[in-house]
Amino acid sequence: MSKLGLWGLKKSPWVYHLAAAPCNNCDIEILELLTPRYDVERFGVVLVGSPRHADALLVTGVINRKSLPRVLEVYEQAAKPCLVICIGSCTCNTHIFRNSYNVVGPYDKHLPVHAYIPGCPPKPEAMILGVVKALSKL
Amino acid sequence: MAGRRIVPIGPYHPLQEEPEFFKLVVEGEKVVDIEIHIGYNHRGHEFISPELTYDQVPFLVERICGICSNSHPMAAVMAVEDICNLEIPERAKYLRTIVHELERIHSHLLWVGLAGHFIGYNTVWMWAWKYREHVLEVFEMLVGNRNHYAMNKPGGVRHDLRPEMVKPIRDAMDLVEKKVWMLTKAVLDDPVILSRLEGVGILTRAQALAYSTTGPTSRGSGVPWDVRRDEPHAAYGLVDWNVICFPEGDVLAKTKVRMLEMIESVKIIRQCLDRIPEGPIEARIEEVPPGEGCGRTEAPRGEVFHYMRSDGTNRPLRHKVRAPSYMNIASNKVACVGGTIADAALTLAAVDPCYCCTERMAAFEDGRLKYTWNELLKLSWQKTERVRARMGR
Repeated sequence: MSKLGLWGLKKSPWVYHLAAAPCNNCDIEILELLTPRYDVERFGVVLVGSPRHADALLVTGVINRKSLPRVLEVYEQAAKPCLVICIGSCTCNTHIFRNSYNVVGPYDKHLPVHAYIPGCPPKPEAMILGVVKALSKL
Repeated sequence: MAGRRIVPIGPYHPLQEEPEFFKLVVEGEKVVDIEIHIGYNHRGHEFISPELTYDQVPFLVERICGICSNSHPMAAVMAVEDICNLEIPERAKYLRTIVHELERIHSHLLWVGLAGHFIGYNTVWMWAWKYREHVLEVFEMLVGNRNHYAMNKPGGVRHDLRPEMVKPIRDAMDLVEKKVWMLTKAVLDDPVILSRLEGVGILTRAQALAYSTTGPTSRGSGVPWDVRRDEPHAAYGLVDWNVICFPEGDVLAKTKVRMLEMIESVKIIRQCLDRIPEGPIEARIEEVPPGEGCGRTEAPRGEVFHYMRSDGTNRPLRHKVRAPSYMNIASNKVACVGGTIADAALTLAAVDPCYCCTERMAAFEDGRLKYTWNELLKLSWQKTERVRARMGR
Protein backbone atom coordinates (compact mmCIF):
# COMPACT_ATOMS: atom_id res chain seq x y z
CA MET A 1 0.00 0.00 0.00
CA SER A 2 1.27 3.46 -0.84
CA LYS A 3 2.44 5.75 1.91
CA LEU A 4 -0.32 8.20 1.08
CA GLY A 5 -2.96 5.49 1.20
CA LEU A 6 -1.72 4.27 4.56
CA TRP A 7 -1.74 7.81 5.91
CA GLY A 8 -5.30 8.24 4.70
CA LEU A 9 -6.37 4.96 6.27
CA LYS A 10 -4.86 5.83 9.62
CA LYS A 11 -6.15 9.38 9.53
CA SER A 12 -9.75 8.52 8.84
CA PRO A 13 -10.70 4.83 9.07
CA TRP A 14 -14.10 4.04 7.64
CA VAL A 15 -15.69 1.18 9.47
CA TYR A 16 -18.45 -1.20 8.50
CA HIS A 17 -20.40 -2.83 11.24
CA LEU A 18 -21.07 -6.50 10.61
CA ALA A 19 -23.37 -8.24 13.04
CA ALA A 20 -23.32 -11.98 12.47
CA ALA A 21 -25.64 -13.38 15.12
CA PRO A 22 -25.38 -10.88 17.93
CA CYS A 23 -27.48 -10.08 20.97
CA ASN A 24 -27.56 -6.42 19.81
CA ASN A 25 -25.59 -5.23 22.77
CA CYS A 26 -22.20 -4.67 21.15
CA ASP A 27 -24.04 -3.24 18.17
CA ILE A 28 -25.76 -0.64 20.28
CA GLU A 29 -22.48 0.22 21.93
CA ILE A 30 -20.98 0.74 18.47
CA LEU A 31 -23.79 3.14 17.61
CA GLU A 32 -23.26 4.73 20.99
CA LEU A 33 -19.81 5.72 19.73
CA LEU A 34 -21.44 8.01 17.18
CA THR A 35 -23.68 9.82 19.65
CA PRO A 36 -22.71 12.93 21.59
CA ARG A 37 -21.06 11.28 24.62
CA TYR A 38 -18.28 9.61 22.59
CA ASP A 39 -18.64 11.07 19.08
CA VAL A 40 -15.84 9.24 17.28
CA GLU A 41 -16.50 11.19 14.09
CA ARG A 42 -14.32 13.83 15.70
CA PHE A 43 -11.40 11.50 15.01
CA GLY A 44 -12.44 10.73 11.44
CA VAL A 45 -14.01 7.34 12.21
CA VAL A 46 -17.07 7.09 9.99
CA LEU A 47 -19.59 4.27 10.02
CA VAL A 48 -20.35 3.41 6.40
CA GLY A 49 -23.28 1.52 4.93
CA SER A 50 -21.41 -0.70 2.50
CA PRO A 51 -18.52 -3.09 3.08
CA ARG A 52 -17.02 -1.89 -0.21
CA HIS A 53 -16.27 1.46 1.39
CA ALA A 54 -14.84 0.01 4.57
CA ASP A 55 -11.27 0.08 5.86
CA ALA A 56 -12.20 -1.95 8.89
CA LEU A 57 -14.94 -4.44 9.72
CA LEU A 58 -16.27 -4.24 13.24
CA VAL A 59 -17.68 -7.70 13.77
CA THR A 60 -20.03 -8.64 16.61
CA GLY A 61 -21.82 -11.77 17.71
CA VAL A 62 -21.10 -15.42 17.16
CA ILE A 63 -21.14 -16.86 13.65
CA ASN A 64 -23.84 -19.44 13.09
CA ARG A 65 -24.34 -21.79 10.17
CA LYS A 66 -26.73 -19.49 8.39
CA SER A 67 -24.64 -16.35 8.74
CA LEU A 68 -21.21 -17.84 7.96
CA PRO A 69 -21.49 -17.69 4.12
CA ARG A 70 -22.84 -14.16 4.36
CA VAL A 71 -20.07 -13.04 6.68
CA LEU A 72 -17.45 -14.47 4.32
CA GLU A 73 -19.12 -12.71 1.40
CA VAL A 74 -19.04 -9.37 3.17
CA TYR A 75 -15.35 -9.88 3.85
CA GLU A 76 -14.79 -10.71 0.16
CA GLN A 77 -16.55 -7.51 -0.84
CA ALA A 78 -14.48 -5.29 1.42
CA ALA A 79 -11.55 -3.53 -0.23
CA LYS A 80 -8.19 -4.83 1.03
CA PRO A 81 -6.33 -4.10 3.21
CA CYS A 82 -9.26 -4.52 5.52
CA LEU A 83 -8.86 -4.76 9.26
CA VAL A 84 -11.13 -7.21 11.06
CA ILE A 85 -11.79 -6.08 14.60
CA CYS A 86 -13.63 -8.51 16.84
CA ILE A 87 -15.89 -6.77 19.32
CA GLY A 88 -17.20 -8.67 22.30
CA SER A 89 -16.38 -12.01 23.86
CA CYS A 90 -18.68 -13.88 21.42
CA THR A 91 -16.44 -12.98 18.51
CA CYS A 92 -13.22 -13.79 20.37
CA ASN A 93 -14.07 -17.24 21.72
CA THR A 94 -17.84 -17.82 21.18
CA HIS A 95 -18.36 -17.08 24.88
CA ILE A 96 -21.42 -18.72 26.44
CA PHE A 97 -22.51 -20.25 23.13
CA ARG A 98 -19.54 -22.57 22.66
CA ASN A 99 -21.68 -25.70 23.17
CA SER A 100 -24.38 -24.70 20.73
CA TYR A 101 -25.01 -26.90 17.69
CA ASN A 102 -25.53 -23.91 15.44
CA VAL A 103 -22.39 -21.94 16.24
CA VAL A 104 -19.40 -22.52 13.97
CA GLY A 105 -16.55 -21.26 16.06
CA PRO A 106 -14.82 -17.95 16.66
CA TYR A 107 -13.99 -15.52 13.90
CA ASP A 108 -10.29 -16.33 13.72
CA LYS A 109 -11.19 -19.78 12.40
CA HIS A 110 -12.73 -18.16 9.32
CA LEU A 111 -11.19 -14.71 8.84
CA PRO A 112 -7.83 -13.06 9.54
CA VAL A 113 -8.44 -11.09 12.72
CA HIS A 114 -6.40 -7.99 13.60
CA ALA A 115 -7.71 -7.06 17.01
CA TYR A 116 -9.74 -8.65 19.77
CA ILE A 117 -11.79 -6.51 22.11
CA PRO A 118 -13.23 -8.83 24.78
CA GLY A 119 -16.05 -7.86 27.07
CA CYS A 120 -19.75 -8.45 27.23
CA PRO A 121 -20.20 -5.84 25.94
CA PRO A 122 -16.88 -3.96 25.93
CA LYS A 123 -17.16 -0.37 27.04
CA PRO A 124 -17.13 2.22 24.26
CA GLU A 125 -13.77 3.45 25.52
CA ALA A 126 -12.36 -0.05 25.07
CA MET A 127 -13.66 -0.13 21.51
CA ILE A 128 -11.97 3.15 20.67
CA LEU A 129 -8.73 1.88 22.19
CA GLY A 130 -8.96 -1.35 20.23
CA VAL A 131 -9.45 0.41 16.91
CA VAL A 132 -6.56 2.77 17.65
CA LYS A 133 -4.28 -0.15 18.53
CA ALA A 134 -5.26 -2.05 15.38
CA LEU A 135 -4.50 1.01 13.26
CA SER A 136 -1.17 1.67 14.93
CA LYS A 137 -0.06 -1.86 13.96
CA LEU A 138 -0.28 -0.97 10.26
CA MET B 1 -47.28 -9.64 -12.63
CA ALA B 2 -45.85 -6.82 -14.70
CA GLY B 3 -44.50 -3.94 -12.68
CA ARG B 4 -43.94 -6.03 -9.59
CA ARG B 5 -40.48 -5.84 -8.07
CA ILE B 6 -38.89 -7.36 -5.04
CA VAL B 7 -37.03 -5.25 -2.50
CA PRO B 8 -35.07 -7.46 -0.14
CA ILE B 9 -34.17 -5.93 3.21
CA GLY B 10 -31.55 -7.72 5.18
CA PRO B 11 -30.59 -10.31 6.27
CA TYR B 12 -28.55 -8.31 8.72
CA HIS B 13 -31.10 -5.71 9.44
CA PRO B 14 -31.68 -5.99 13.14
CA LEU B 15 -34.53 -3.58 13.55
CA GLN B 16 -35.98 -6.22 15.78
CA GLU B 17 -34.34 -8.55 18.22
CA GLU B 18 -32.96 -10.84 15.58
CA PRO B 19 -31.43 -10.09 12.20
CA GLU B 20 -34.07 -11.09 9.74
CA PHE B 21 -34.82 -10.86 6.10
CA PHE B 22 -37.78 -8.99 4.66
CA LYS B 23 -38.77 -9.34 1.04
CA LEU B 24 -40.96 -6.43 0.03
CA VAL B 25 -43.00 -6.97 -3.12
CA VAL B 26 -43.56 -3.55 -4.62
CA GLU B 27 -45.53 -2.08 -7.46
CA GLY B 28 -43.81 1.18 -8.23
CA GLU B 29 -43.67 2.96 -4.89
CA LYS B 30 -46.35 0.89 -3.24
CA VAL B 31 -45.69 -2.16 -1.10
CA VAL B 32 -48.18 -4.88 -2.02
CA ASP B 33 -46.82 -7.82 -0.09
CA ILE B 34 -44.07 -8.74 2.33
CA GLU B 35 -42.32 -11.99 3.05
CA ILE B 36 -40.57 -12.46 6.35
CA HIS B 37 -37.64 -14.84 6.79
CA ILE B 38 -36.05 -15.30 10.18
CA GLY B 39 -33.50 -17.62 11.71
CA TYR B 40 -30.29 -15.74 11.02
CA ASN B 41 -29.72 -15.23 14.69
CA HIS B 42 -30.39 -18.73 15.91
CA ARG B 43 -27.88 -19.56 18.61
CA GLY B 44 -29.63 -22.45 20.34
CA HIS B 45 -30.41 -20.96 23.74
CA GLU B 46 -32.99 -23.61 24.54
CA PHE B 47 -30.42 -26.28 23.75
CA ILE B 48 -27.66 -24.77 25.89
CA SER B 49 -29.92 -23.99 28.83
CA PRO B 50 -30.40 -27.61 30.05
CA GLU B 51 -26.60 -27.93 30.25
CA LEU B 52 -26.40 -25.12 32.78
CA THR B 53 -27.41 -24.97 36.41
CA TYR B 54 -30.32 -22.82 37.55
CA ASP B 55 -27.85 -20.22 38.79
CA GLN B 56 -26.15 -20.04 35.40
CA VAL B 57 -29.29 -19.92 33.28
CA PRO B 58 -29.98 -16.19 33.90
CA PHE B 59 -26.54 -15.36 32.46
CA LEU B 60 -27.41 -17.26 29.30
CA VAL B 61 -30.90 -15.90 28.78
CA GLU B 62 -29.89 -12.30 29.30
CA ARG B 63 -27.76 -12.77 26.19
CA ILE B 64 -30.87 -13.51 24.14
CA CYS B 65 -31.20 -9.79 23.64
CA GLY B 66 -28.88 -7.07 24.80
CA ILE B 67 -31.70 -4.60 25.25
CA CYS B 68 -34.18 -6.80 27.12
CA SER B 69 -31.40 -8.16 29.27
CA ASN B 70 -33.43 -7.83 32.43
CA SER B 71 -36.76 -9.13 31.11
CA HIS B 72 -35.51 -12.53 30.00
CA PRO B 73 -33.60 -13.49 33.19
CA MET B 74 -36.45 -12.12 35.27
CA ALA B 75 -38.95 -14.36 33.50
CA ALA B 76 -36.56 -17.32 33.76
CA VAL B 77 -35.99 -16.94 37.51
CA MET B 78 -39.72 -16.44 38.00
CA ALA B 79 -40.22 -19.81 36.32
CA VAL B 80 -37.74 -21.39 38.76
CA GLU B 81 -39.46 -19.70 41.69
CA ASP B 82 -42.77 -20.96 40.35
CA ILE B 83 -41.45 -24.54 40.46
CA CYS B 84 -40.21 -24.04 44.02
CA ASN B 85 -43.35 -22.15 45.07
CA LEU B 86 -41.11 -19.50 46.52
CA GLU B 87 -42.00 -15.95 47.53
CA ILE B 88 -39.00 -13.66 47.14
CA PRO B 89 -38.21 -11.00 49.77
CA GLU B 90 -39.96 -7.64 49.46
CA ARG B 91 -36.73 -5.73 48.89
CA ALA B 92 -35.78 -7.98 45.98
CA LYS B 93 -39.18 -7.33 44.40
CA TYR B 94 -38.63 -3.60 44.48
CA LEU B 95 -35.07 -3.92 43.16
CA ARG B 96 -36.27 -6.05 40.25
CA THR B 97 -38.92 -3.47 39.45
CA ILE B 98 -36.41 -0.61 39.51
CA VAL B 99 -34.03 -2.34 37.09
CA HIS B 100 -36.90 -3.46 34.89
CA GLU B 101 -38.24 0.06 34.53
CA LEU B 102 -34.79 1.56 33.97
CA GLU B 103 -34.43 -0.93 31.16
CA ARG B 104 -37.73 0.19 29.69
CA ILE B 105 -36.63 3.82 29.72
CA HIS B 106 -33.34 3.10 27.97
CA SER B 107 -35.01 0.83 25.43
CA HIS B 108 -37.73 3.32 24.53
CA LEU B 109 -35.24 6.19 24.29
CA LEU B 110 -33.20 4.03 21.95
CA TRP B 111 -36.27 3.41 19.80
CA VAL B 112 -37.23 7.07 19.66
CA GLY B 113 -33.73 7.94 18.53
CA LEU B 114 -33.70 5.35 15.79
CA ALA B 115 -37.18 6.30 14.59
CA GLY B 116 -35.87 9.84 14.29
CA HIS B 117 -32.91 8.56 12.31
CA PHE B 118 -35.21 6.70 9.92
CA ILE B 119 -37.21 9.75 8.97
CA GLY B 120 -34.09 11.85 8.58
CA TYR B 121 -34.21 13.69 11.89
CA ASN B 122 -30.80 12.85 13.22
CA THR B 123 -31.18 15.54 15.84
CA VAL B 124 -33.80 13.42 17.57
CA TRP B 125 -31.44 10.45 17.40
CA MET B 126 -28.56 12.35 18.98
CA TRP B 127 -30.77 13.88 21.65
CA ALA B 128 -32.46 10.66 22.66
CA TRP B 129 -29.20 8.74 22.85
CA LYS B 130 -27.52 11.51 24.76
CA TYR B 131 -30.14 11.30 27.51
CA ARG B 132 -30.07 7.50 27.37
CA GLU B 133 -26.47 7.72 28.61
CA HIS B 134 -27.73 8.96 31.98
CA VAL B 135 -29.76 5.77 32.39
CA LEU B 136 -26.74 3.67 31.46
CA GLU B 137 -24.72 5.52 34.07
CA VAL B 138 -27.28 4.53 36.68
CA PHE B 139 -26.94 0.92 35.53
CA GLU B 140 -23.19 1.07 35.77
CA MET B 141 -23.43 2.35 39.32
CA LEU B 142 -26.14 -0.11 40.33
CA VAL B 143 -24.95 -3.37 38.75
CA GLY B 144 -21.45 -2.61 37.45
CA ASN B 145 -22.14 -2.94 33.75
CA ARG B 146 -23.76 -0.67 31.19
CA ASN B 147 -25.77 -3.52 29.69
CA HIS B 148 -26.27 -7.15 30.70
CA TYR B 149 -27.11 -6.36 34.26
CA ALA B 150 -26.86 -9.85 35.85
CA MET B 151 -29.38 -8.60 38.37
CA ASN B 152 -31.65 -11.61 38.76
CA LYS B 153 -30.95 -14.93 40.40
CA PRO B 154 -33.40 -17.60 41.46
CA GLY B 155 -34.73 -16.45 44.81
CA GLY B 156 -33.86 -12.78 44.56
CA VAL B 157 -31.34 -10.36 43.13
CA ARG B 158 -27.55 -10.20 43.07
CA HIS B 159 -26.90 -6.53 43.68
CA ASP B 160 -28.19 -4.48 46.57
CA LEU B 161 -29.12 -0.83 46.45
CA ARG B 162 -26.73 1.04 48.73
CA PRO B 163 -28.08 4.20 50.42
CA GLU B 164 -25.65 6.47 48.58
CA MET B 165 -27.06 5.29 45.24
CA VAL B 166 -30.53 6.65 45.83
CA LYS B 167 -29.74 10.28 45.15
CA PRO B 168 -27.95 9.74 41.81
CA ILE B 169 -30.90 7.60 40.65
CA ARG B 170 -33.37 10.30 41.66
CA ASP B 171 -31.28 12.96 39.92
CA ALA B 172 -31.11 10.87 36.77
CA MET B 173 -34.86 10.31 36.88
CA ASP B 174 -35.52 14.06 37.24
CA LEU B 175 -33.30 14.73 34.26
CA VAL B 176 -34.79 11.94 32.17
CA GLU B 177 -38.35 13.05 32.95
CA LYS B 178 -37.58 16.65 31.96
CA LYS B 179 -35.86 15.59 28.76
CA VAL B 180 -38.54 13.05 27.81
CA TRP B 181 -41.19 15.76 28.10
CA MET B 182 -38.97 18.03 26.04
CA LEU B 183 -38.55 15.31 23.39
CA THR B 184 -42.24 14.45 23.44
CA LYS B 185 -43.15 18.07 22.83
CA ALA B 186 -40.47 18.49 20.18
CA VAL B 187 -41.51 15.33 18.37
CA LEU B 188 -45.25 15.58 18.68
CA ASP B 189 -45.53 19.31 17.97
CA ASP B 190 -43.47 19.21 14.82
CA PRO B 191 -45.87 19.10 11.85
CA VAL B 192 -43.23 17.51 9.62
CA ILE B 193 -42.63 14.60 11.99
CA LEU B 194 -46.37 14.30 12.58
CA SER B 195 -47.07 13.99 8.88
CA ARG B 196 -44.41 11.27 8.57
CA LEU B 197 -45.82 9.27 11.47
CA GLU B 198 -49.56 9.86 11.32
CA GLY B 199 -51.56 7.32 9.38
CA VAL B 200 -48.45 5.34 8.46
CA GLY B 201 -48.30 1.57 8.93
CA ILE B 202 -51.74 1.20 10.44
CA LEU B 203 -52.41 -1.96 12.42
CA THR B 204 -56.07 -2.10 13.35
CA ARG B 205 -57.35 -3.52 16.62
CA ALA B 206 -58.66 -6.65 14.90
CA GLN B 207 -55.33 -7.20 13.13
CA ALA B 208 -53.40 -6.64 16.35
CA LEU B 209 -55.51 -9.33 17.99
CA ALA B 210 -55.29 -11.68 15.00
CA TYR B 211 -51.50 -11.49 14.95
CA SER B 212 -51.25 -11.81 18.77
CA THR B 213 -49.11 -8.72 19.02
CA THR B 214 -47.91 -7.66 22.44
CA GLY B 215 -46.42 -4.67 24.14
CA PRO B 216 -46.43 -1.17 22.65
CA THR B 217 -47.41 -2.63 19.28
CA SER B 218 -50.75 -3.84 20.62
CA ARG B 219 -51.18 -0.91 23.00
CA GLY B 220 -50.77 1.42 20.04
CA SER B 221 -53.65 -0.41 18.38
CA GLY B 222 -56.11 -0.10 21.20
CA VAL B 223 -55.46 -3.42 22.96
CA PRO B 224 -54.60 -2.43 26.54
CA TRP B 225 -52.74 -5.55 27.56
CA ASP B 226 -49.87 -5.28 29.96
CA VAL B 227 -48.53 -8.22 31.94
CA ARG B 228 -47.40 -5.86 34.66
CA ARG B 229 -51.04 -4.99 35.36
CA ASP B 230 -52.76 -8.23 34.36
CA GLU B 231 -50.50 -10.53 36.35
CA PRO B 232 -48.70 -8.33 38.87
CA HIS B 233 -45.22 -9.65 39.55
CA ALA B 234 -42.30 -8.08 41.39
CA ALA B 235 -43.58 -4.82 42.92
CA TYR B 236 -45.97 -3.82 40.17
CA GLY B 237 -49.01 -4.56 42.28
CA LEU B 238 -47.66 -2.32 45.04
CA VAL B 239 -47.13 0.90 43.09
CA ASP B 240 -49.47 3.24 41.29
CA TRP B 241 -49.18 3.60 37.53
CA ASN B 242 -51.23 3.58 34.34
CA VAL B 243 -51.29 1.44 31.21
CA ILE B 244 -50.82 3.71 28.21
CA CYS B 245 -53.01 2.84 25.26
CA PHE B 246 -53.94 4.62 22.03
CA PRO B 247 -56.50 3.31 19.54
CA GLU B 248 -55.16 4.65 16.22
CA GLY B 249 -52.70 1.87 15.40
CA ASP B 250 -50.31 3.99 13.33
CA VAL B 251 -46.66 4.73 14.00
CA LEU B 252 -47.61 7.92 15.80
CA ALA B 253 -49.72 5.99 18.31
CA LYS B 254 -46.84 3.60 18.98
CA THR B 255 -44.52 6.56 19.45
CA LYS B 256 -46.92 8.18 21.90
CA VAL B 257 -47.28 4.91 23.83
CA ARG B 258 -43.51 4.62 24.20
CA MET B 259 -43.02 8.28 25.11
CA LEU B 260 -45.69 8.24 27.81
CA GLU B 261 -44.57 4.84 29.12
CA MET B 262 -41.20 6.36 29.91
CA ILE B 263 -42.95 8.91 32.12
CA GLU B 264 -44.86 6.08 33.82
CA SER B 265 -41.58 4.22 34.34
CA VAL B 266 -40.08 7.26 36.03
CA LYS B 267 -43.15 7.37 38.26
CA ILE B 268 -42.76 3.69 39.16
CA ILE B 269 -39.05 4.06 39.95
CA ARG B 270 -39.69 7.05 42.22
CA GLN B 271 -42.36 5.19 44.14
CA CYS B 272 -40.10 2.17 44.47
CA LEU B 273 -37.29 4.32 45.86
CA ASP B 274 -39.74 5.83 48.36
CA ARG B 275 -41.20 2.56 49.52
CA ILE B 276 -38.33 0.07 49.29
CA PRO B 277 -38.08 -1.73 52.66
CA GLU B 278 -34.93 -2.88 54.41
CA GLY B 279 -34.23 -6.57 54.55
CA PRO B 280 -32.61 -9.48 52.73
CA ILE B 281 -32.35 -9.38 48.93
CA GLU B 282 -32.57 -13.08 48.30
CA ALA B 283 -34.31 -16.17 49.59
CA ARG B 284 -32.24 -19.31 49.69
CA ILE B 285 -33.33 -22.18 47.46
CA GLU B 286 -32.28 -25.50 48.94
CA GLU B 287 -33.40 -27.63 46.04
CA VAL B 288 -35.64 -27.38 43.01
CA PRO B 289 -38.34 -30.06 43.19
CA PRO B 290 -39.55 -31.89 40.07
CA GLY B 291 -42.29 -29.97 38.33
CA GLU B 292 -43.13 -27.26 35.86
CA GLY B 293 -43.15 -23.52 36.15
CA CYS B 294 -43.56 -20.45 34.02
CA GLY B 295 -42.66 -16.81 34.31
CA ARG B 296 -44.12 -13.82 32.48
CA THR B 297 -42.83 -10.29 32.40
CA GLU B 298 -43.56 -7.25 30.31
CA ALA B 299 -40.38 -6.49 28.39
CA PRO B 300 -40.08 -3.10 26.65
CA ARG B 301 -41.34 -4.83 23.48
CA GLY B 302 -44.09 -6.99 24.93
CA GLU B 303 -44.69 -10.12 26.89
CA VAL B 304 -41.76 -12.44 27.60
CA PHE B 305 -42.74 -15.95 28.58
CA HIS B 306 -40.40 -18.60 29.97
CA TYR B 307 -41.36 -22.17 30.73
CA MET B 308 -39.15 -24.57 32.67
CA ARG B 309 -39.50 -28.18 33.60
CA SER B 310 -37.45 -29.65 36.41
CA ASP B 311 -36.66 -33.28 37.17
CA GLY B 312 -35.30 -32.56 40.62
CA THR B 313 -31.66 -32.06 39.60
CA ASN B 314 -29.91 -28.70 39.56
CA ARG B 315 -30.42 -28.23 35.82
CA PRO B 316 -33.64 -27.58 33.91
CA LEU B 317 -34.92 -30.48 31.83
CA ARG B 318 -36.61 -28.20 29.34
CA HIS B 319 -36.52 -24.45 28.93
CA LYS B 320 -38.83 -22.75 26.46
CA VAL B 321 -38.66 -19.07 25.62
CA ARG B 322 -41.34 -17.04 23.88
CA ALA B 323 -40.10 -13.58 23.00
CA PRO B 324 -42.44 -10.74 22.02
CA SER B 325 -40.79 -9.78 18.75
CA TYR B 326 -41.69 -13.08 17.19
CA MET B 327 -45.36 -12.12 17.04
CA ASN B 328 -44.76 -8.44 16.48
CA ILE B 329 -42.58 -9.03 13.41
CA ALA B 330 -45.36 -11.05 11.81
CA SER B 331 -47.73 -8.11 12.11
CA ASN B 332 -45.59 -6.29 9.52
CA LYS B 333 -47.34 -8.51 7.06
CA VAL B 334 -50.37 -6.25 7.32
CA ALA B 335 -48.84 -3.03 8.65
CA CYS B 336 -46.42 -2.57 5.74
CA VAL B 337 -48.75 -3.50 2.91
CA GLY B 338 -50.35 -0.52 1.24
CA GLY B 339 -47.67 1.92 2.30
CA THR B 340 -44.81 3.32 0.23
CA ILE B 341 -41.23 2.06 0.23
CA ALA B 342 -40.14 5.28 1.91
CA ASP B 343 -42.43 4.46 4.81
CA ALA B 344 -41.52 0.78 4.92
CA ALA B 345 -38.27 1.36 6.80
CA LEU B 346 -40.18 3.30 9.45
CA THR B 347 -43.07 0.87 9.67
CA LEU B 348 -40.77 -2.12 10.05
CA ALA B 349 -38.96 -0.19 12.74
CA ALA B 350 -42.10 0.93 14.52
CA VAL B 351 -43.06 -2.55 15.60
CA ASP B 352 -40.06 -3.32 17.68
CA PRO B 353 -36.67 -2.07 16.78
CA CYS B 354 -33.93 -3.29 19.01
CA TYR B 355 -31.52 -1.26 17.06
CA CYS B 356 -30.72 -0.39 13.54
CA CYS B 357 -28.29 1.61 11.53
CA THR B 358 -25.76 -0.09 9.37
CA GLU B 359 -27.63 -2.83 7.66
CA ARG B 360 -27.22 -4.26 4.26
CA MET B 361 -30.14 -3.84 2.02
CA ALA B 362 -30.49 -4.50 -1.67
CA ALA B 363 -33.25 -3.88 -4.18
CA PHE B 364 -32.95 -5.66 -7.49
CA GLU B 365 -34.57 -4.59 -10.70
CA ASP B 366 -34.05 -6.97 -13.60
CA GLY B 367 -31.06 -8.44 -11.84
CA ARG B 368 -29.41 -5.10 -11.15
CA LEU B 369 -29.04 -3.46 -7.79
CA LYS B 370 -31.72 -0.80 -7.43
CA TYR B 371 -31.48 0.57 -3.93
CA THR B 372 -28.94 0.09 -1.21
CA TRP B 373 -30.07 0.46 2.37
CA ASN B 374 -28.55 3.93 2.45
CA GLU B 375 -30.37 4.95 -0.68
CA LEU B 376 -33.58 3.71 0.86
CA LEU B 377 -32.86 5.78 3.93
CA LYS B 378 -32.20 8.69 1.60
CA LEU B 379 -35.61 8.12 0.01
CA SER B 380 -37.12 8.35 3.44
CA TRP B 381 -35.16 11.50 4.21
CA GLN B 382 -36.14 13.06 0.91
CA LYS B 383 -39.77 12.52 1.72
CA THR B 384 -39.26 14.42 4.96
CA GLU B 385 -37.63 17.21 2.96
CA ARG B 386 -40.56 17.30 0.55
CA VAL B 387 -43.06 17.43 3.37
CA ARG B 388 -41.03 20.11 5.04
CA ALA B 389 -40.88 22.19 1.86
CA ARG B 390 -44.60 21.80 1.31
CA MET B 391 -45.29 22.99 4.82
CA GLY B 392 -42.86 25.84 4.48
CA ARG B 393 -40.77 24.84 7.49
